[in-house]
Amino acid sequence: MTAAALPHDSASAHEEHHTSLPVNNRKLAIWTFIGSECMFFASLITTFVIYRDSHATGPGPKDVLGVPLVTSGTAVLLFSSFFVVMALNGAQQGNRKKLLTWLSLTVLCGLFFAGMQVYEFTHFVRDGMGYTTNLFATSFFTLTGFHGTHVAIGTLWLATLLKDAWKGRIPPEKSLNLEIAALYWHFVDVVWIIIFPVVYLMSLGHK
Amino acid sequence: MATTVLEPAHATTAKRSVLVEWLTTVDHKRVGILYGASAFIFFLMGGIEAEIIRLQLMKPDNHLVSPEFYNQLFTMHGTTMIFLAVMPISAMFFNFFVPLLIGARDVAFPRLNAMSLWVFILGGLFINFSFLLNSAPNGGWFGYAPLSSREYSPGVNMDFWMLGLQILGIASLAAGVNFFTTILNMRAKGMTLMRMPMFVWSVLVTQVLVLLAFPVITVALILLMADRIYGASFFELKAAGDPMLWQHLFWVFGHPEVYILILPAFGIVSEILPVFSRKPLFGYSAMVFSMAFIAFLGFGVWSHHMFATGMGPLADSFFSLATMLIAIPTGVKIFNWIGTIWGGSLQFKTPLYFALGFIAMFIMGGLSGVMHAVAPADLQQTDSYFVVAHFHYVLFGGSIFALAAGAYYWWPKMFGRVLNETLGKTHFWLMLIGFNLTFFPMHFSGLLGMPRRIYTYPAGLGLGWLNLLSTVGALILGFSFLVFIYNIITTWRSGEPAPADPWGGATLEWSIPSPPQEWNFAVEPEVHEKDALWAMKRAAGVRMLPEPPRVSGQGIHLPSPSWWPLFTAIGLLVFMVGILVRGPVSHAFPFGLISAAGFAIAAFSIFKWSYEPPDHHTSHIAH
Amino acid sequence: MSDTVAVVHDSHDIPHATGSKYVQIACILFVLTALEVLLYEVCFGHLSGSSFSASLAPHFVSVLLILSAMKFWFVAMFYMHLKFDIKILSWLFGFSLMIASVVILALFVLFTYNRTLWWWNGAWH
Repeated sequence: MTAAALPHDSASAHEEHHTSLPVNNRKLAIWTFIGSECMFFASLITTFVIYRDSHATGPGPKDVLGVPLVTSGTAVLLFSSFFVVMALNGAQQGNRKKLLTWLSLTVLCGLFFAGMQVYEFTHFVRDGMGYTTNLFATSFFTLTGFHGTHVAIGTLWLATLLKDAWKGRIPPEKSLNLEIAALYWHFVDVVWIIIFPVVYLMSLGHK
Repeated sequence: MATTVLEPAHATTAKRSVLVEWLTTVDHKRVGILYGASAFIFFLMGGIEAEIIRLQLMKPDNHLVSPEFYNQLFTMHGTTMIFLAVMPISAMFFNFFVPLLIGARDVAFPRLNAMSLWVFILGGLFINFSFLLNSAPNGGWFGYAPLSSREYSPGVNMDFWMLGLQILGIASLAAGVNFFTTILNMRAKGMTLMRMPMFVWSVLVTQVLVLLAFPVITVALILLMADRIYGASFFELKAAGDPMLWQHLFWVFGHPEVYILILPAFGIVSEILPVFSRKPLFGYSAMVFSMAFIAFLGFGVWSHHMFATGMGPLADSFFSLATMLIAIPTGVKIFNWIGTIWGGSLQFKTPLYFALGFIAMFIMGGLSGVMHAVAPADLQQTDSYFVVAHFHYVLFGGSIFALAAGAYYWWPKMFGRVLNETLGKTHFWLMLIGFNLTFFPMHFSGLLGMPRRIYTYPAGLGLGWLNLLSTVGALILGFSFLVFIYNIITTWRSGEPAPADPWGGATLEWSIPSPPQEWNFAVEPEVHEKDALWAMKRAAGVRMLPEPPRVSGQGIHLPSPSWWPLFTAIGLLVFMVGILVRGPVSHAFPFGLISAAGFAIAAFSIFKWSYEPPDHHTSHIAH
Repeated sequence: MSDTVAVVHDSHDIPHATGSKYVQIACILFVLTALEVLLYEVCFGHLSGSSFSASLAPHFVSVLLILSAMKFWFVAMFYMHLKFDIKILSWLFGFSLMIASVVILALFVLFTYNRTLWWWNGAWH
């Protein structure tokens, strides 16, 4: 919630305002928020690791998790990180077409990933793994669900920026608006870079 | 409280009613005053809870309140004092004084700041609303699983606690991002990090702790919510859940939290001692580094709250040693405070009284703290009144004494009147005597075996007279705050108007009129060394600078007032209410709709907020 | 897309990576992810069973963690441009990551250690 609130809220919205460090307030703030989020995901990942093998009742990792689908999701999220830097590049150069193309692709990737997760979750539930079936299930859904919520918020954020870009409201001097959303988006991506091996590959590779 | 002392803002463009002015304010000084006023009311409520607890324990086999209500009282006393009193009263000082001390016109994100305020106020009201339903939280301020599980706490009591803390955590995190950015990036020209006033340093370090500790309690509360509301079993032994996970997550947050409560107090005292000793702070850089070191160590000692859980000798030894290490930087700070007053020309005013009281009481709390660090000794002391004595010496003797010192010190700047000295000193002596009479005997009742959180105790254990002493002390302590309130009222009515610099201050806030004008500094200041105002006085060759004039602030950029922070907070509250009612009221009605509505309100508000122009000129002509 | 003009951002003239650099990083990330999946398939999946997979399997977790750390590093340094930005942002992120990793590790050790104690296996489970 706080992250989404940041982009336009600054006492120094006028860029000529003096700052003590050579960095914009909003950019420093989103990095601060990202630092804080590290602890959020650290706690959730710890919880998952501790409960990964608690599946005396109901399915465990090997019964439900599959590699191909989630690999496609992972690849899409990684590519979206690439797309959004290209969009930012376009915004900074004042290249509207480049900005719009890459930003739309990024939003599509976000939608694809969220869709992948919805499909995966419903699939698990049909396989007999509900939210409270066992502790493996609960901690899996809690961790990946909160990551998915971050993806959804990020997609929504980027979509509003896409609307702005469409209306020509992101000229080069306002590219910071996109840069901040992009930083958040990359962070959501690096969290998945941890979740993918730890939650999927290691749980499956476990004896 | 005395909020109306401030003149209504004169600079906003259109005419607005006073109520609307305050509801939509984004001025850090008004936000600070609202933080202070609401937190002081919560503080009084927590105090009343404490007084009832003491009356119940006054004599053996007493039945003044029911055991159920007693559980609610001690849970709410702890929760209120930590989250609704000490933290937000500190936040009042952060808000009002950080921008003034670093020479800024406002915080980095004024509207986010207002949102923190409203989220805090609504969260505090939310938790306390449970009293009206006769189901206040009753599982202890740390909500240990499985006591906090649906099985052992079937009512909505712990739901209020869990969701209320979640709301308050969001306020703290938003404020954390805001103040971290403000301090790093909004300093006046020339104010390098090592020229910052020590209070600003303490706020910076505190925000690092908030930012890294609060996400952990957020997760712990999410897991508890999953258990209580959505039928999960993270902490249910029956389903292979592990209550130890709650304790670990809680204390990974909880230990940094106690530094969040005490570091601002360190900062306030480090401002007051130099001014009233007429000497710069002794060992400035050692003070900075020891504070940073305390904060860093604060992340590696959480399990000393859990010695009694049987973690095994290896873990116990590690956490014992790490805890003992903290005594070193803390000792450095105490010696530096003593070094500051040593040989100073002491001005015995009320703020100095409270600051000196802080040092003495905090040392005593620190000494019993080192005793807890020894794991075998702690096994004897844990969950006894000895622990109650210890943490009240650091939290009341430490934090509250320092916050009171800060209140007397900065009152003239906030409200333009100097608090009465005689009443202030009366307050101090009553508080010091009442405090020690309440908590010193608890060391003994604890070692004699009196457990914490106990409803009553039988006669003949030798605990009766110790508890009676504590109760008498608590009544004196409560009375001392009536003196404080009386002081506020008389000062408000007929106090002397404060000059800009009543104490001969060392820092920038004393260079502008009391109370400050909306834009703080008519000309943004430039700083060349530590203790900026003392340096200016020295350069001018005077003891006191002339009284600064009140000026018109035409053409100064100021953030515009906004409704959206308040509406965002309301949306968040509605969201949490939706989750709260889902628990006990069955699934007959889709209560998810309430949460969805709350989410929609918050999302819409944030959207509108994002597209609202952030600032305006104070000028009435050009825009 | 492969324009090589270094662009500036903010008003602070800090150089960025260029478009072609971003493409290179994307390729590296893709390859590393493929390696992760391949590692899993060789050790435990469709390609397992050989003597090579038996010798690789014990190192599965550590190799996987190294690969993810590399991906993490590339995204943080280039896409989040920590490499080109002021140092304090790297410190900020690095410090948070350090505290987070230490807490994860400590909790993991504490729980593993506790579950080997007699009362965990005996009375509680």
